[in-house]
Amino acid sequence: MTALTAPLAAIGRPVLAALAAIGRVALFAASVIGHIFRPPFYPREFFHALMQIGWFSLPVVGLTAVFTGGALALQIYSGGARFNAEAVVPSIVAIGMVRELGPVLGGLMVAARVASSIAAEIGTMKVTEQIDALVTLSTNPIKYLAVPRVLAATLAVPVLVAVGDAIGIAGGWLVGVNRLGFNSTTYLQNTVDFLETWDVVSGIWKGAAFGFIVALMGCYHGMNSGRGAQGVGTATKSAVVGASVLILAANYILTELFFSA
Amino acid sequence: MITLSGVTKTFGKNRVLRGVDLTIPSGQSMVIIGGSGTGKSVLLKCILGLVQHDTGTITLDGQDVTTADRDAFLARFGMLFQGGALFDSLRVWENVAFRLMRGPTKRPKAEARDIAIEKLRRVGLKPETADLFPAELSGGMQKRVGLARAIAASPEIIFFDEPTTGLDPIMAGVINDLIREIVTEMGATAMTITHDMSSVRAIADRVAMLHDGLIQWTGPIADLDTTTDPYVQQFIHGRATGPIAAVR
Repeated sequence: MTALTAPLAAIGRPVLAALAAIGRVALFAASVIGHIFRPPFYPREFFHALMQIGWFSLPVVGLTAVFTGGALALQIYSGGARFNAEAVVPSIVAIGMVRELGPVLGGLMVAARVASSIAAEIGTMKVTEQIDALVTLSTNPIKYLAVPRVLAATLAVPVLVAVGDAIGIAGGWLVGVNRLGFNSTTYLQNTVDFLETWDVVSGIWKGAAFGFIVALMGCYHGMNSGRGAQGVGTATKSAVVGASVLILAANYILTELFFSA
Repeated sequence: MITLSGVTKTFGKNRVLRGVDLTIPSGQSMVIIGGSGTGKSVLLKCILGLVQHDTGTITLDGQDVTTADRDAFLARFGMLFQGGALFDSLRVWENVAFRLMRGPTKRPKAEARDIAIEKLRRVGLKPETADLFPAELSGGMQKRVGLARAIAASPEIIFFDEPTTGLDPIMAGVINDLIREIVTEMGATAMTITHDMSSVRAIADRVAMLHDGLIQWTGPIADLDTTTDPYVQQFIHGRATGPIAAVR
């Protein structure tokens, strides 16, 4: 290799590796989606995943939302005071929560909690040969392990986002009424008046996309886990990092699609 | 009958299998011996299709395993994994009855549970064990549950991957005896991978030694001690000196 081509090769190698990784994830996603509609179905695994991903994520999503809503109210009040726009607090809190902060922070919290858990569980199954055992028992691991989790997350996260939105707005209301001196009825009236249906629905669609991403990354990295404890640890870390970055990237793309003029 | 012909497998630069030729006759118990890292487990996984071999052919009753109907092919097999590979989230009986509750031969839940309890009894476990989770069992009990799962659907062919690894000598003896009894009473074809010589003597009808990615020697168990093959002699007597490098 010449001195001229060596730097190009040094750039090309990671680019090719990244493209190959994107291709592998895309093929895995296509395989999961294809299996969603083909029997056999595993309802027990689906409902178990629904509980693990949806119900048990509710506390962390709720706590995140209530503090975020409260902080948002304080920030908007403080910022709005610079141009006598303190009255916009209820509407901006509501719009900010349902369009952006509810879905994004909810998605990130679920990524931290669920992507890591799925990757660790499936990664451990891989290193202890449980996935090989599934194959020898004529059971497709993608169908049995990935499909129920991806489907459950895609359906559960939008519900979590909706609940998080409501809790976040309630957090803003609590701070607005108790700290910033807003009248309770006026605050709630402003929230309802300025909020449009699409604001809420767009956030819920984002939640579905983020749920899909979280479970997909957990399953993908778990099933491609390396050997031993270190392999499972790396898979878990990659799942959380991958899911978080993809959530933020998908959020930008979806915001462009939904709200660009 | 399982026939392997010129089977090779390479991982990166590591040529694990270099052209394995081996025949496992129907109804016989073949034990593959060889040092750690010689490719015994890879060979077994190649037959099951868990790992794709690079070149060569593997046939089951004359049919190439890579072109056979996958579900029908796997339905003929049972496998005991080295660590048991029991599903943590399922109870013991659900592990044993896993195949019975899914697929074309799906049984009602109560019937599958009854069969699972019967298989557990066959491997010496009490019915009370059925409702425990794998994490609540000792290593020996997990191995027995794995054995019960391997025989639950009465397969024609059973693979055992290091069945006695990690067990004390008494429990290893119990497992060896169980394997021998079950294989004999089911009339199954068995392939066992081990480097435990007590297992070899208890289980084998025939023995094959895998070394350096090739079958170094194969023959009936009766010939194992009398063969003049230096590799076999070094291995079965556990000598540090000989043609097999002690440090690999």
